[in-house]
Amino acid sequence: MSVLSSERGARAVATPTLRRTAASLPFPVVLTKVALAGSRRFASAVILVLLWQAASMSGLLSPRTLAAPSSILATAWGLLLSGELPYHLLVSLRRVVIGLGLGVTTGGLLAIAAGLSRRGEDIVDAPMQMLRTLPFLALVPLFILWFGIGEVPKIGLVALGSTFPVYLTLFAGIRGVDPKLVEAGRVFGLDQRGLIWNVILPGALPSALVGLRYSLGVAWLSLVVAEQINATAGIGYLINDARDFLRTDVIVVGLLVYALLGLLADALVRTVERRALAWRPSLVRN
Amino acid sequence: MTIPQGDFLDAELLDREGVHVRGLTRRFGAATVLDRLNLDLRPGEFVALLGRSGSGKTTLLRTLAGLDPAPSDAIVAVPTPTAVVFQEPRLLPWKRVWRNVALGLKDAAPRDRAEAALREVGLAHRLDAWPVTLSGGEAQRAALARALVRSPRLLLLDEPFAALDALTRIKMHGLVTELWRAHAPTTLLVTHDVDEAVLLADRALVLDGGRIAADIAIDLPRPRRHAHPHFAALRARLLAELGVEVPDLAEEEQSAERLLAGLGA
Repeated sequence: MSVLSSERGARAVATPTLRRTAASLPFPVVLTKVALAGSRRFASAVILVLLWQAASMSGLLSPRTLAAPSSILATAWGLLLSGELPYHLLVSLRRVVIGLGLGVTTGGLLAIAAGLSRRGEDIVDAPMQMLRTLPFLALVPLFILWFGIGEVPKIGLVALGSTFPVYLTLFAGIRGVDPKLVEAGRVFGLDQRGLIWNVILPGALPSALVGLRYSLGVAWLSLVVAEQINATAGIGYLINDARDFLRTDVIVVGLLVYALLGLLADALVRTVERRALAWRPSLVRN
Repeated sequence: MTIPQGDFLDAELLDREGVHVRGLTRRFGAATVLDRLNLDLRPGEFVALLGRSGSGKTTLLRTLAGLDPAPSDAIVAVPTPTAVVFQEPRLLPWKRVWRNVALGLKDAAPRDRAEAALREVGLAHRLDAWPVTLSGGEAQRAALARALVRSPRLLLLDEPFAALDALTRIKMHGLVTELWRAHAPTTLLVTHDVDEAVLLADRALVLDGGRIAADIAIDLPRPRRHAHPHFAALRARLLAELGVEVPDLAEEEQSAERLLAGLGA
């Protein structure tokens, strides 16, 4: 028998053999294999957490520097059950939702005013570009002088921070709408309002949604800073208060909550994108 | 409104049925694109507008469509409603096909009307499709449906088949002829394809030097075929008007005979 013919034979049966192996494996084994493949990405993270736990247990890492993962989990559970975490979470969420709502509305309206008319651009764009270059977090001292230490400066800071990304991206999006589509809309009888609603805003939406995502990130950042200002409730307060009692476990819980909220917000915008931008080529194919 | 001297405008011409243009001048910077142009299209007539690139075909069409304002010293009378099919389909990508067709319609059941128009162009099965999923030919048919749904009395076609492949173009020619026969709008087709003009139009106009330089009736029976004895002559005449010389057929045959004779010797 020649080598050539055996090779040909092997190639001919290769595909069915593979398929048979996969199908004939017992189900739990397949499941384990899939789980292993999926977990490989997280393996290094898991190892790091395990090392962290080991360092804490051996006394290398003192709880004053960083609490052990196990005690952080226990603290989170305790805070959750006592209602303390949900309460502070709600306070923080309220600040973000109101601030973001104000910021996105303001940024959106200003972008529409500047994007749709030359005069609007003259009036709105120059001051916005100037304000944009200002690191808005540096305004905290002024905000305290103006608004005191209540909810207003906190919501105001979130609103201010989230205004600019939406403004910039929506303005650019409006200006980037294909003029040929605007012309077609006009030929087919759309008035100015119809054009804005049917052509210009939908055309600017992809860009504006990128801005919205960015605004969400800035909103959380602003919240973290704002809640350091003499807060009496909120995740930031929880963290500050814990600092005074050297509770690194509570601090880490607060940080984790911030991270989770950021992830959730991002997922929310992604869902909105998937629905609102279903017409885009990349999404249509899926 | 002043009527430029030397141009006669009959009251009958202002019946708003056909298209009537008197003394239309358009300049872009130093270049005069249209120079005191006069144009008349009879109601229901299919007219092809030919011209070298840059001769002002699209400028004229845009003025008729109302996309560019007519200068105050010119008379531009067009019947309404007017609809345009552009070279690119210009469908709004964020609206499903039927909503694109129904764009700007102000009646109670826009979907029914859009559906009827889409059925006429053979796209009834793509009502709810996103425009990005349409092929080039389908998209242009949707654009045609969007024009048709308004029952236009003036249909302006701005090189609508230029970006299509040859086979799709042949199908579109058939479709446009059919639709024009069924709805009889006054139709102006801007094209630089001489064959297309001879296949579709009642009359071919050649735009040159800012004016209508030639007005050639195309009196071939429909449906038209390239094989018709007069087709080649009309084609050659239009090409000549456009400054393209076509070798004479008889001469070509003679030279072929000479060549064959040489080979046989």
